[in-house]
Amino acid sequence: MAISRFLLAIALTYLGLLAVTFFIGRVIPIDPVLAIVGDHAPEHVIARVREEMGLNKPLWQQFWIYLSKVVHGDFGTSVLTSNPVLQDIQRAFPATIELATLGILIGAGLGVPLGVWAAVRRGGLVDQAVRVMGLIGYSVPIFWLGLMGLVLFYAKLGWISGPGRIDISYEYTLTRVSGFVLLDAARAGQWDAFANALSHLILPASLLGYFSLAYISRMTRSFMLNELAQEYVVAARAKGLSEMRIIWRHALRNAAVPLVTVVTLSYAGLLEGSVLTETVFAWPGLGLYITNSLQNADMNAVLGGTIVVGSVFIGLNLLSDLLYQLLDPRTRSR
Amino acid sequence: MKEKHLKVWFIKSAAALAVATAFGLPLALQAATPKDTLVVAWSIDDMITMDPGETFEISTGEIMGNSYDRLIRFDVNDPSKLVGDLAKSWAVSSDGKTYTFELKPGLKFASGNPLSAEDVVFSLQRAVLLDKAPAFILTQFGFTKDNVKDKIKQTGPLTLSLETDKSYAPSFVYNCLTANVAAIIDKKLVLSKEVNGDLGYAWLKTNYAGSGPLKLREWRANEIVALERNDNYYGEKSKLARVIYRHVKEAATQRLLLEKGDADIARNLSPQDLAALASNKDIKSTSTPKGTVYYFGLNQKNPNLAKPEVREAMKWLVDYAAIGDTLIKNIGVVHQNFLPIGLLGASTVNPYKLDVDKAKALLAKAGLPNGFKVTLDMRTVQPVQGISEAFQQTAKRAGIEIEILPGDGKQTLTKYRARTHDIYVGQWGADYWDPHTNADTFVRNPDNSDSAKSKPLAWRNAWDIPELTKKADAAVLERDAKKRKTMYEEMQADFRKSSPFVMLYQQTEVAAMRSDVQGLKLGPTSDTTYMFKVSK
Repeated sequence: MAISRFLLAIALTYLGLLAVTFFIGRVIPIDPVLAIVGDHAPEHVIARVREEMGLNKPLWQQFWIYLSKVVHGDFGTSVLTSNPVLQDIQRAFPATIELATLGILIGAGLGVPLGVWAAVRRGGLVDQAVRVMGLIGYSVPIFWLGLMGLVLFYAKLGWISGPGRIDISYEYTLTRVSGFVLLDAARAGQWDAFANALSHLILPASLLGYFSLAYISRMTRSFMLNELAQEYVVAARAKGLSEMRIIWRHALRNAAVPLVTVVTLSYAGLLEGSVLTETVFAWPGLGLYITNSLQNADMNAVLGGTIVVGSVFIGLNLLSDLLYQLLDPRTRSR
Repeated sequence: MKEKHLKVWFIKSAAALAVATAFGLPLALQAATPKDTLVVAWSIDDMITMDPGETFEISTGEIMGNSYDRLIRFDVNDPSKLVGDLAKSWAVSSDGKTYTFELKPGLKFASGNPLSAEDVVFSLQRAVLLDKAPAFILTQFGFTKDNVKDKIKQTGPLTLSLETDKSYAPSFVYNCLTANVAAIIDKKLVLSKEVNGDLGYAWLKTNYAGSGPLKLREWRANEIVALERNDNYYGEKSKLARVIYRHVKEAATQRLLLEKGDADIARNLSPQDLAALASNKDIKSTSTPKGTVYYFGLNQKNPNLAKPEVREAMKWLVDYAAIGDTLIKNIGVVHQNFLPIGLLGASTVNPYKLDVDKAKALLAKAGLPNGFKVTLDMRTVQPVQGISEAFQQTAKRAGIEIEILPGDGKQTLTKYRARTHDIYVGQWGADYWDPHTNADTFVRNPDNSDSAKSKPLAWRNAWDIPELTKKADAAVLERDAKKRKTMYEEMQADFRKSSPFVMLYQQTEVAAMRSDVQGLKLGPTSDTTYMFKVSK
């Protein structure tokens, strides 16, 4: 019963998501035919392509046709890349997943401890540093920071590799199977390619990590402050527990419940793809794919991308619900 | 106590991070591209297909020019001359309607299949039958789906003939046959991939069936295009084994890649980047005037803009000199004619300069001494944005209030094509290397009604010009090249005076490259930039 209600909710979410995207896509003042035939084509060609794309049919009918195809697993073909949308996404999404996963590992891995320390030593050096980092993270455009990072670490210091996912020399020696360059390299045992891909990945991932760090550390700080003021902390201290144990085992354990939401939502945000980061780093990810498609009114591609982003949110929400139950015994009985 | 623990923990984490960072250190030291591979950083997200019967974009133009052959090409060093590509010889009948071609012997496709007149006839017929965006370059000679099998015929193993509906200027016909749409494809290979009688259209969109000096190995949209040497090519083989185009949208990123040696050539640098690189010994650059012109289009449906004096006043309100010295420095030259320099008959007369008093006098004559209000649809890209803003400032000095409506490329274009704009900043690139390509759109408007069958730029600005249309039609039938040239010069003089187009500049394409790159010459059209001639 609960499961069927849950499935219905998911189906409705997808339907709503697709409907909104579809109708917004059709009312934006961009002629989708232009992306295919360009500006110079004769009128009769334009009219024929419009007909072929079904754009002359009523809107609801176009939506219905799209939906019934999607239900059968056919997401249509992107007019920009001439590929099936699913194939495009299988290529673009792994690039984004690699970036987002390393990004969130950096963001949460550093952001949580920093936030804890800032809360424990309130007003101290780390607290100030976290505040400044947060401020920079919120106010400096990622585009600028990315370019500066490239200028410094790639151009001047030569510590890392430049834009793109892998050096050209590995481009045709590494067999792409999964779309995850790191995984493919590791599976093939090509550790030099793996290292090269990692040196391409580290800067954009650190950049995304930094921006989620700014958010996660601030949130951790405030959750921890809240917990540290609770009576059970006083009781634990009275019992003579070590401060480390109180902070990490007791307070953080309780702060972890809301933190899970913060981290999963940050991760979901990164998985949508960051257009600006992908632009600066010539990273062929989902963000660029969806934006480029939207600018050309390539609606099959936009809708396909929307489904992926929607799935990411639904999936991560589910995950955070499950983690809740694991972390907070009170939610289990409900 | 607690402090000590925290400190130890942090020192440990910091050390771990340092190790992780150091892990990345030695990996990046080997920059530079492989010796036999040319890496080109270029914004190539306009690529939508690899079928020469359909490609019409700048980036794919270059890919086609390097990977497919055609009957004839124009000489890059002197575009008024033709050179045989697959054709050994060609001729036109005395009545000017039948063109015959003989192919070079022993030609082969990259696939290994022999190349004969059958493939040529198939390719030209296929382009007409598919009737995609660029097909008009061929169908304007009277080829239709119904008659093309009779009009384009194989006459022997290596010979074929084309029959046009009228006696056109031969240069016009030949020039059109140098276009991508007339590229020759491997009939046997393409037909083996045919689905539901589509002439291999679905397959060729992402695949390759040509005979050019380079062959297409892979196209990953918005990421990479890889070309490889075609060892079956009839002529001089490509110097490099591989040419890889990497999609890099951001100019600043292209510059970094070039400076570090991770790209050999960067194609979309801004005037600022080019100026900054000028002092770098490792980088050099090359440039060439392109067949693309930029202009303001004044919609004649707007009653103010429709007044002849206002049209002329607008032309005196652009600070061409300032724009030329700053916004388009290195990437364009001021040009006030609809034919770009390089095309037959292109005029170099640029009579207009910024003259606010003259403009004011003209406005007063038009009954608008206090100016008027008008909107301008602008794409938010440089240098278009800068030019629009500069024009807004200078026009204001004559009392004209321009409200700029910024938008995305396709969005403003959609509005322009529906002719609901007031002023639009446009750009137009030649479709093929003949003056008719631009005359056809700037000074031809056979039907100015909303339901017109053809909607050239003159139509989009509602410029009703029966006289000029007749002149443009006559020019394509003029078989005497000298007379034909004079006709285009006359049309341009007329156009400069009366048209609702404020012509701004002709684009200069610039490529910056590493100093070891040799032999790169940018062609006047996108399909004449030959990467197979480059070495390093």
